[in-house]
Amino acid sequence: MVKDRTALNEKKIRVLVAKPGLDGHDRGAKVVARALRDSGMEVIYTGLRQTPEMIAEAALQEDVDVVGLSILSGAHMALAPRIMDLLKANGQTNVKVFIGGIVPDEDIPRLMEMGIAGVYGPGASTEDIVKDIKNAVK
Amino acid sequence: MISLAETVLRGDRLALARLLTQVENNTADGQAALNALFPYTGKAHLIGVTGAPGTGKSSLVNQLALHFRKEGKRVAIVAVDPSSPFTGGAVLGDRVRMKDLSGDNGVFIRSMASRGSIGGLAQATANLVQVFDAAGYEIIMIETVGAGQSEVDIAKLAHTTLVVEAPGLGDDIQAIKAGILEIADIIVVNKADRPGVENTEKALKSMLDLAHPTQKVFAHHGTPLRLPPFSEKMGREKEGRESENNIWIPPLQRTIATDGEGIDELAQHIVKHGEYLHFSGDWTIRERARLESELDAALQSALMNQFRERVLEDQFNKVVDQVFERSLSPSEAVKALLNWRLK
Repeated sequence: MVKDRTALNEKKIRVLVAKPGLDGHDRGAKVVARALRDSGMEVIYTGLRQTPEMIAEAALQEDVDVVGLSILSGAHMALAPRIMDLLKANGQTNVKVFIGGIVPDEDIPRLMEMGIAGVYGPGASTEDIVKDIKNAVK
Repeated sequence: MISLAETVLRGDRLALARLLTQVENNTADGQAALNALFPYTGKAHLIGVTGAPGTGKSSLVNQLALHFRKEGKRVAIVAVDPSSPFTGGAVLGDRVRMKDLSGDNGVFIRSMASRGSIGGLAQATANLVQVFDAAGYEIIMIETVGAGQSEVDIAKLAHTTLVVEAPGLGDDIQAIKAGILEIADIIVVNKADRPGVENTEKALKSMLDLAHPTQKVFAHHGTPLRLPPFSEKMGREKEGRESENNIWIPPLQRTIATDGEGIDELAQHIVKHGEYLHFSGDWTIRERARLESELDAALQSALMNQFRERVLEDQFNKVVDQVFERSLSPSEAVKALLNWRLK
């Protein structure tokens, strides 16, 4: 059913989907962006080759609840802490950060220690991602 | 305690971002801040940018923002993309074309989903614009996907409306159909390096001539959105404004947004239009019209909300069932629903 009677002032989950670093594979990010959209979230898509500074700035201007990073370059241990620091410096400590892409298992605990809310590799289901985001933002 | 509004006036960007969310969600805090900020508004030049999807609006806004930044003006951008009518979700992708503006504290970009409620979108946009205006942004660009009534509503919020076209999107019949040409203060033919640009330009020019067959009609162009119906307009033409200078003919500017060609000229047209509005007195007329339509949008949205509070979803669905069974006509159903409020 078309929900055009939905209240305009309903609180929506706002998610920034960003691709930091230099790899050019954005298929995954787009699939996730679409899945989040279909679950009723508002997704701000930034496109390829974003610096941590650009991502933190966009997260601030858009006042997002969640940042989703897609990283397939192997640079996650450099990019993730930088982005976490910048978000913190901007006062956005409430923002939940998720990572999707190619992340070796041994790096996951270290990322979680940094405060990353979730890491998703190949084959992760979009339903799980949606569920985890909804739980994290509650 | 320092209020959110005061923090915004001091230039705190995080507070600004958070207030925009409050305002967009129409919360009590957001409303209170809007009321506190309202006396600080009315200084910015509001520029509406509309046109069909794929004409290059975002790239154009990116270039214009760069241009105005060179002049030292602070620039805010409200980029509206559609929400899904089925899930309420949205993918807002305008930032992809605005990477050049990153790292500049004099620019603030905010993406907004249309959220699909009648009157509400225009109101929400107007409110965001007010916040930026109060926060001291001198140029505020409002970018919308163009085609329908909501875009015309948003154009009413702007002092200067750019309609963006591109070669290869349709013939001159499309230009008549579109209707948004009539709201244009400046027409931009973007992607001017594409084949067919001459034809597009020719078609647009002839459509403009058709839309405004005599110069006299242009005398009213200062407030094109408030043009009375045709017959009434003809009557009022005699009393029209006296000065020959009081005529704004929408210029047509070619641009290539990807490499910045034609942007300086376009920006000059925008500044000139701003000067024209001040010189002709149309600025005050538009400002009043703008506030009137803001008020109108706020009223529509408030009435809709009031209605929603009083008529519950299942009551509404029952009436839909009756219409579906053909036991009630749609207009009878509307009557029934409106009377429900009174019970």
